[in-house]
Amino acid sequence: MTSTPTSAAPPLLKGGGKGSTAMLRKIRKVALPYGYLTPTVVLLTILMIIPIVMVVGYSMMNNVIMIKNPVFVGFQHYVEILTSDAFRNALQNTLFFDIVSVVVHLLLGFGFAMMLNSPMLGKVTKSIFRTIYVLPWLFTVAIIAVLWRLLLEPTGVINYLLMTFHLTTTQIEWLSNPDIALYAVTFINIWSGYPFYMTSLLAGLQGIPKDYYEAAEVDGASGWQKLIYITLPQLRPIIIAMALLDFIWTTQQFALIWMTTGGGPLGTTEMLSTYTYKFAFSTYQFGSAAASAVIILVISMVLTYLYVRAQKVKY
Amino acid sequence: MKSEPQRRGKRNPFAMAGLIVALLAGAAFAALPVLWMLSSSFKPNTDIFQNPPHLIPTTFTLDAYTKIFTDPVKVRFFVNSYFISLAVTALTLFVSVLAAFAFSRFDFPFKSALNVVIVSVQAVPPITLLIPYFGLMVGLGLYNTYQGLILTYMVFTLPYAIIMLTGYFNTLPRELDEAVKVDGGSSWTALWRVLVPISVPGLVSVGIYTFMIAWNEYLFALTLTKTVDMRTVPIGIQLLMGQHSYEWNQMMSMSILGCIPVLLLFLFFQRYFIGGMSAGAVKN
Repeated sequence: MTSTPTSAAPPLLKGGGKGSTAMLRKIRKVALPYGYLTPTVVLLTILMIIPIVMVVGYSMMNNVIMIKNPVFVGFQHYVEILTSDAFRNALQNTLFFDIVSVVVHLLLGFGFAMMLNSPMLGKVTKSIFRTIYVLPWLFTVAIIAVLWRLLLEPTGVINYLLMTFHLTTTQIEWLSNPDIALYAVTFINIWSGYPFYMTSLLAGLQGIPKDYYEAAEVDGASGWQKLIYITLPQLRPIIIAMALLDFIWTTQQFALIWMTTGGGPLGTTEMLSTYTYKFAFSTYQFGSAAASAVIILVISMVLTYLYVRAQKVKY
Repeated sequence: MKSEPQRRGKRNPFAMAGLIVALLAGAAFAALPVLWMLSSSFKPNTDIFQNPPHLIPTTFTLDAYTKIFTDPVKVRFFVNSYFISLAVTALTLFVSVLAAFAFSRFDFPFKSALNVVIVSVQAVPPITLLIPYFGLMVGLGLYNTYQGLILTYMVFTLPYAIIMLTGYFNTLPRELDEAVKVDGGSSWTALWRVLVPISVPGLVSVGIYTFMIAWNEYLFALTLTKTVDMRTVPIGIQLLMGQHSYEWNQMMSMSILGCIPVLLLFLFFQRYFIGGMSAGAVKN
């Protein structure tokens, strides 16, 4: 471990000041925590702070990266993007994708967690079903994308099942029909993301003191009343935190869209992330791409601010 | 408490029946797609869209797996993924232990400002960094290298790791490292000989989280590497699509092989897995 390049700083400072003057010892003492923080600070400065400054700079330049002497254009890219139909379309799709994903994730995750927390089930049954329910979580987005492309192929197994049960008479083009594709990718995202809610809510449910329910039973509360007046209020901080986090993550979702529809057909599944990526790596408009990336950064920052504030309310 | 499940079960058979139906429906929803993946990975590619479809392959073959294991290009995807993910995990743990130690055990000017920076960089979306990274990595000579991807992933894993480990160290009494100092040891000794050995559960949790982030990453692996010998598993799976035809059975077997490390981590460290992930989400 000590041979790693990033580890150079702390060992230099470890001497503890033997045989040095009081002044030197004092300097070492002050410098010590900074020594421990040096690798982190260096890495985050070069690969986080500087890139953010760069991207903000790029966003105000014309033809940046592509030509040697880009021109400063101020907020021109921002104005162009914010007033374009393509951006509004991507924003609308992202909002639909985000809101439906978050709401259904929450409902499914809560449903699964309630089932797994049921006192009617034995310990072994619970752990078997918990393992099954957590399965989608074990796959990376790239795998989830190809798996669902296989399942949703027009000649694939899902269409076969739907036709067998006479739910449809024709093969549905799930990912290439402009009227359906957005629902299809949202469904895939729901499938892949609910286990996170389930495990967190299950932990939350197990943390609710049993005597709350016992007291409610003494007062003759129904199952529904217990849910409304005890379970949900107790889970509220977890629910708010997860919904905001999920909203942030879903807004940033790129791989799933890119590998299933690529934003198509006809831009019906275009998200802010794919919209930005295409600016940079399909049409090489790095100035516009940077402006779009900064807009996503601002959205994320606002959401994160809300998240942190919600966390503070909790404690 | 222990008699409660039975008592309630007997009291309400309808609820029990409803629960069983719901449990099984949920299991089908979660597991059938995964079973289909497993099944398809053992089929010849010509049977992938056979009509009617069979969950149990009519022709069982290991062909897809053999093709992956005998193709050095595809084996390389796995080697790359394992190497990068393990390196990111080791380096993240090392660097975050140092930083967490500073945050937990020292008071220094700008401490809270630094802390705010570390918490808030978590919110920076990957796509925002992607555009400057492209130029930056080319400029630093790190484009299409392991180091480039490793350092990139550390930027995303470090903040969480530092926050979690600082929290962990804060729960350990300061008397432990004071004792080392009384014996004439330095803070470096106190950290590595005393704090780290008793922080193993926290380190495992953070390590699993870090490994998974690196193992699953797609956007930067796609953009910051160029040659096929530098590609990781998520990109490799995608490369099986397109060129001539879709090698569905190989994509599925590569997916199965690709989820094995995560599955093993989950089975062996289930407690840390869920604890770490949800604690990170709910607490930090």
